[in-house]
Amino acid sequence: MFRIEKRPQPSRLWTYLTPLVAVVITMIVGGALFAALGKNPVEAIRTIFWDPLFGEFSFYYRPQLLVKAAPLILIAIGLSLGFRAGIWNIGAEGQYIIGALTGAGVGLAFYPLEAAYIFPLMVLAGALGGWAWGMIPAVLKTRFGTNEILVSLMLVYVAEQLLAKMALGLLRNPDGRGFPGSRNLQQYSSAHNAEIIAGTGVHWGVVAALIAVIFAYILFTRHVLGFHIRLTGQSPKAARFAGVNPARLALICLGLSGALAGLAGMFEVSGPAGQINIDFNVGYGFTAIIVAFLGRLHPVGILLAGLLLALTFIGGENAESNLGLPAAAIQMFQGMLLFFLLAVDVLTHYRLRWKSAEVA
Amino acid sequence: MDLSSINPTLLLASLIVASTPILLAALGELVVERAGVLNLGVEGMMITGAICGFAIAVNTGSPFVGFIAAAMGGALLALLFGVLTQFALANQVASGLALTLFGLGLSALLGQGYQGIKPPPTNSLDIPFLSDLPILGPILFSHDLMVYLALALVAAVWFVLNRTRAGLILRAVGENHGAAHALGYKVIRIRIMAILFGGACAGLGGAYLSLVRVPQWTEGMTAGSGWIALALVVFASWKAGRILLGAWLFGGISVLQLNLQAAGVAIPVEYLSMSPYLITILVLVIMSADKSRAPGSLGRTFHASD
Amino acid sequence: MTEPLLSISGLTKAYPGVVANDDVSFDIQTGEVHALLGENGAGKTTLVKMIYGLVKPDQGTMQMHGRPFAPNEPRAARRAGVGMVFQHFSLFDALSVAENVALGMENTPPMRQLSSRIRDVSATYGLPLDPGRTVGDLSAGERQRVEIIRCLLQDPKLLIMDEPTSVLTPQEVDILFETLRKLTSEGVAILYISHKLEEIRRLCDQATILRHGRKVATCVPSETSAREMAELMVGSSFANPKRTDHLPGDVVLELKNLSLPAPSAFGISLKNINLSLHAGEILGLAGVAGNGQDELLAALSGEIRTRPDAVSFQGTPIGHKGPTARRALGVLAAPEERLGHAAAPDMSLTENAALTAITRENLQSGGFLNWSATREFAQSIVLKFDVRTPGVEVTASALSGGNLQKFVIGREVLQRPVVFVVNQPTWGVDAAAAAAIRQALLDLAAKGAGVICISQDLDELLEISDRFAALNEGRMSGIRPAQGLSVEEIGLMMGGAHGMEVAHVSD
Repeated sequence: MFRIEKRPQPSRLWTYLTPLVAVVITMIVGGALFAALGKNPVEAIRTIFWDPLFGEFSFYYRPQLLVKAAPLILIAIGLSLGFRAGIWNIGAEGQYIIGALTGAGVGLAFYPLEAAYIFPLMVLAGALGGWAWGMIPAVLKTRFGTNEILVSLMLVYVAEQLLAKMALGLLRNPDGRGFPGSRNLQQYSSAHNAEIIAGTGVHWGVVAALIAVIFAYILFTRHVLGFHIRLTGQSPKAARFAGVNPARLALICLGLSGALAGLAGMFEVSGPAGQINIDFNVGYGFTAIIVAFLGRLHPVGILLAGLLLALTFIGGENAESNLGLPAAAIQMFQGMLLFFLLAVDVLTHYRLRWKSAEVA
Repeated sequence: MDLSSINPTLLLASLIVASTPILLAALGELVVERAGVLNLGVEGMMITGAICGFAIAVNTGSPFVGFIAAAMGGALLALLFGVLTQFALANQVASGLALTLFGLGLSALLGQGYQGIKPPPTNSLDIPFLSDLPILGPILFSHDLMVYLALALVAAVWFVLNRTRAGLILRAVGENHGAAHALGYKVIRIRIMAILFGGACAGLGGAYLSLVRVPQWTEGMTAGSGWIALALVVFASWKAGRILLGAWLFGGISVLQLNLQAAGVAIPVEYLSMSPYLITILVLVIMSADKSRAPGSLGRTFHASD
Repeated sequence: MTEPLLSISGLTKAYPGVVANDDVSFDIQTGEVHALLGENGAGKTTLVKMIYGLVKPDQGTMQMHGRPFAPNEPRAARRAGVGMVFQHFSLFDALSVAENVALGMENTPPMRQLSSRIRDVSATYGLPLDPGRTVGDLSAGERQRVEIIRCLLQDPKLLIMDEPTSVLTPQEVDILFETLRKLTSEGVAILYISHKLEEIRRLCDQATILRHGRKVATCVPSETSAREMAELMVGSSFANPKRTDHLPGDVVLELKNLSLPAPSAFGISLKNINLSLHAGEILGLAGVAGNGQDELLAALSGEIRTRPDAVSFQGTPIGHKGPTARRALGVLAAPEERLGHAAAPDMSLTENAALTAITRENLQSGGFLNWSATREFAQSIVLKFDVRTPGVEVTASALSGGNLQKFVIGREVLQRPVVFVVNQPTWGVDAAAAAAIRQALLDLAAKGAGVICISQDLDELLEISDRFAALNEGRMSGIRPAQGLSVEEIGLMMGGAHGMEVAHVSD
C-alpha cells in the first residue's frame, strides 16, 4: 500500500505543477459531469476554455476576459496577504459591496457636476469603504480575539442587506420611475470608469490589478513586511520572536485586503456594472478565494489563476446560452478546481512511497 | 405597526422550529471540533443536505426517506473533506471553504427543476393529551419528530462525550493527537468518523430547512445558517448543553425579526434581516474572551511521521 | 541462566536516509534494570517504539518468555505486560488525572473505582496524586507520576522509561529510584533510557550501548566508569570545554521584581524575580521543565513586555520594549524550541538568518531586505559554527538537531551580543555539537558579554557557569557561586522533593 511520507523540504517542482495537474483533473471530471448532464463533454470544455480565446467571437471575449479577471485578481491579491500570514478574510464579497457603495455614493453625490477630481475621489472612497469593512473583523480580532473567519463572513450578509437598502433607498435613481437601482454611472462621464484604450477591455480596474500584482510581488520578495507576513503564516511563534507584532500584522493584512476588495467593487460599479442594484454582486469575493489558492498565494500565480477563472465565467455563460449547461455546473466546476488543487497539493510537502503495511 | 399581531405562544413554538436546523448542524460540528478538526464546510454540507432531502422526499413522497438521504448526502460531502484533510493532509481552513463553495454549486446543480415545488408535509406528532395543554402544548408538544430527535441528540452527544469511553477517546484525540497516537489510538479513523457524523447532522439540519421550516427549495437557501452553526460552537464553549441554549437564542432572534417585519415595525426590513448576523458577531465578541476551552489540537494537521 | 523476560534479536528498522536500528540484539532479564545508552539519534527511541508496538520492525524478532512477541499496536504490547513512560509525556492537559490514566489502560474499571485504585497505587509507591485534578495544572514531576501510575495499574512485567529523570530534581530522582527498586524487587523489569551516566551507574544492572543504530557494546554499569561509557557512546574521546579566567565587569542586565501573569492557560507565572548580570559572566539557571523557563526567556527577549523598570539594560529600563528594540541595544536570545520558535521550519537558512539579524547586521534599507548580505551572513554562520548543511538554501527542518542548534546559537553569537539569554542550549544535541556550543558560550563571556544560560542539564550548568540559581514554580532561588555547589544543594534550590514521599518499601 501507499504510504505518505514528509519530504525533507517542499518540492519546488510540485509547487508549480500542482495547479496545472488540478486544472487537468478538473477538466476530466468536469467533462464527465457535463456528459452526465447529457452534454457532449468535448464540446462543453471547448466552449468554456477554447472558444472565448480563439473562437469565432474571440475579438469580443478577449477584452471581456480582462474585465472579469481584474476584480478577481485585485481581490485575490489582497486575500493572499492575509492567507499567507494565516489570517483568513473570507468576507471579501462584503468589502467589495461596501467599496462599490461608498465609491458610487461619492460619485453620485457630485451628480451632475463634471470635474476631473471626482473619479479619483471615488477611487479613494471605494478603497476606504472596503478598508473600513475589513477593519471590523481586524479590530475585533485584535481587541477581543474574535475569530475573523466568522465575523468577516457574517459581514457579507450584512453588506448584502445594506446594498439592498441603498439600491431601494438612498442611492435610488430619482429619475428611475420607482425602479430599484442607482443612476447609471456609465452615463455620468466624470464618474465613469471607461475603457482606457477602446476595444481592449482595459479600464482603470485592470491597471489597478496589474499594479497590485507588481506591488505584492515586490512586497513578498524584497520587503520586510512581506517577509514578516510569510514568517507569521509558517510559524507564528518564530514571528513573535523575530519581533513581529501579530495584532499590527492582522490590522495591516485585513485592512489592505479590504481596501483592495473595495477598490474592485468601486471599479466594477463605475465601469462594467454601471449602477448599484440589488443583484450587483455576483460572487467575485468568493471566487477570488479559489483564485488565491489556485495561484498558490503567489502574485504571478494569482494573475494567471484570475485569468483562468475569468475564462470559466465567460465560457460558462456561453455554454449556458449555446449548450444549455446550467450556470450551477460552472459554479461547481470552480469549487471542484479548489478541491483537486488541495488534494494534489499533498505532493508538494509529502511524497508517496510504495511500502509494506505499516503499523501506525 | 401592530405588535399585538405577534402571538407569544406561536412565537415560542416557531422559535423551536427555527432553531432546529442550526441546532443539528452545530451539534455535528461540536463533535467534529471536539475530535480536533475544524470543518468550515458546514454551510456547504447543510445546503447539500437541503437539496438531497428535498429531492428524495419529493420523488419518494416520504419526508422520512428524504431526511435519511439528506444525512447521507451531508456525510458524503463531509467524506470529501475527511479525505482531503486526513489523508491528503490539506489545510483544514482551505478545505472547509472549498467544501462550502463546492456544496453551493453542487446543490444548485442538483436543484435544477425543484424550484417552486412543495415537498410532502412532515407531520407533527401531536402527542395526545400533552399537545392539548394550553400554551405549553403548542410550544413544546406539537412538533414533528425531527424536533424531538434533535433534542434527544443533544442529550446523546452530551452523554457520549462525557460519560463513555468512546467519548473520552474522541476528546483525547482532539486534545492532543500526538499523545493519542502514542497510546495507540487510531487518530485518523476516529476523526473520519467524527467528520462523517458532523456531515450527517449538517445534512439533516439543511433538510429540516427545505422540508419543514421554509418549506421549499431555493438556491442558496441556507443563507449563512451553516456559518451561524459554526459560531454557535464557539458560543457554546464546545459544550453540548450550551449549544441548545445558543440555538434557541438564534432561533428566537430570527423568528422575532420575521415577526417584526410582518408586524410592520418602523425599522426597515433590511436592517431587521441583517440583525441575526450582527447579533452573531456580537455574541462571538462576548464569547471570545474565553479561549481556553477550545480543544488543544483543533485545526492542526496530524501525520504519524514516526 | 534463567529464560529472559524479553529477548530481542536482529531488530532492524530503516527510514528514508537513515537506518535507525541495524541488527540490534539483547536480552532483558526478569527483575533487572537494563539501561539503553546512546547519543541523540543513536536509535534508542525507535527501538523502544518497536517493543511498544508503535513501529513495526523491518527485520528481526522478539520473544517474551520464550514465546514470539510481535505487537502490532500499543494495545497489544500493553496486554502482554509492557508499559511505557514517554519522554514527552503522552498526556492530555485538559483532562483529569483519572481520565488520563483510563486512556492508557485496557479494561478500564468504572471511574469511581479507578480513582480509588489510583489513590491506592500512588500511596503504595510514594507517588501522591489526586485523581480529580486537571493534568495541565500539574508540575512536570507530577505529570510523570501520572504516566508511571498508568503503567503500574496494569501490573506490567516490563516498564520502559524514556529519559525519566530529565524532569526531576535530584531529590525527586532519589525517590523515583526507590520506587523503581521496589518494582524490580517485585519482579518487574525496567528498560531505562538515559544519557545521564552517573544515574545509570547507580541504578542499572546491565547496559546496552547503541551508536548510529547499532549495538556497539554491553557493560555492567557499576563496574564501568562514566568516562568509559561516554566514549563507547560517542565512539571517540573529545575535549571538555576550556574556560579562561577573567574578572566580571559592570552590571549589564538587571531584573527588579519581575512578575508576570501566566501567559497561557497552563503556563507559569513569574513571581518577583531579581537578579543582576555582569559583563563577562555566565549565570546558570537550573530548574525542572515547566517552572517558568520559557516565560523568563520571553520576558528577556521582549516577546512578553513588562513594566519598563522590571528589566533594565546598562541602567536603562527596557521592560516595555519589543524584541527588535532590544536586539538593537544588544540583548539577544535563543529560545528552547529550535523548530517553530528559534527558527521557522520551512524557511531557508538565509531567511532564518534574517529572522533575528535584520537590525544588528544592517540587512535592510528603507524596509527592503538585502538578500545577498543576508545570504553572506548565513554563510558565515555555517562556516564559523561548523553547521553541516549542503547550503544556505535548504530549509531549517532539513538540518539535524545539533546542526540547527549550532546555527541558531551562531546566529546570535555572531551578532556580538552584550547580553545573551539562552534556554536549553544543548537539549537533544549530539555530544560533539553540545561541546562546541558550550565552548561558544564560554568564549562569548570571555569576550565580555553577559550570558544567562537556562538549562535542565545540571552537569552542563556546573561546567560553564560562574554563578548559579534555580527556578521553581516561577520563583528564583538566591544566586550562589557555582564553584563548590553540591548536587544536594542544587536540588534544594530547585525545590527539593516537591512533596514527593519515599516509597513505602514492603510494609
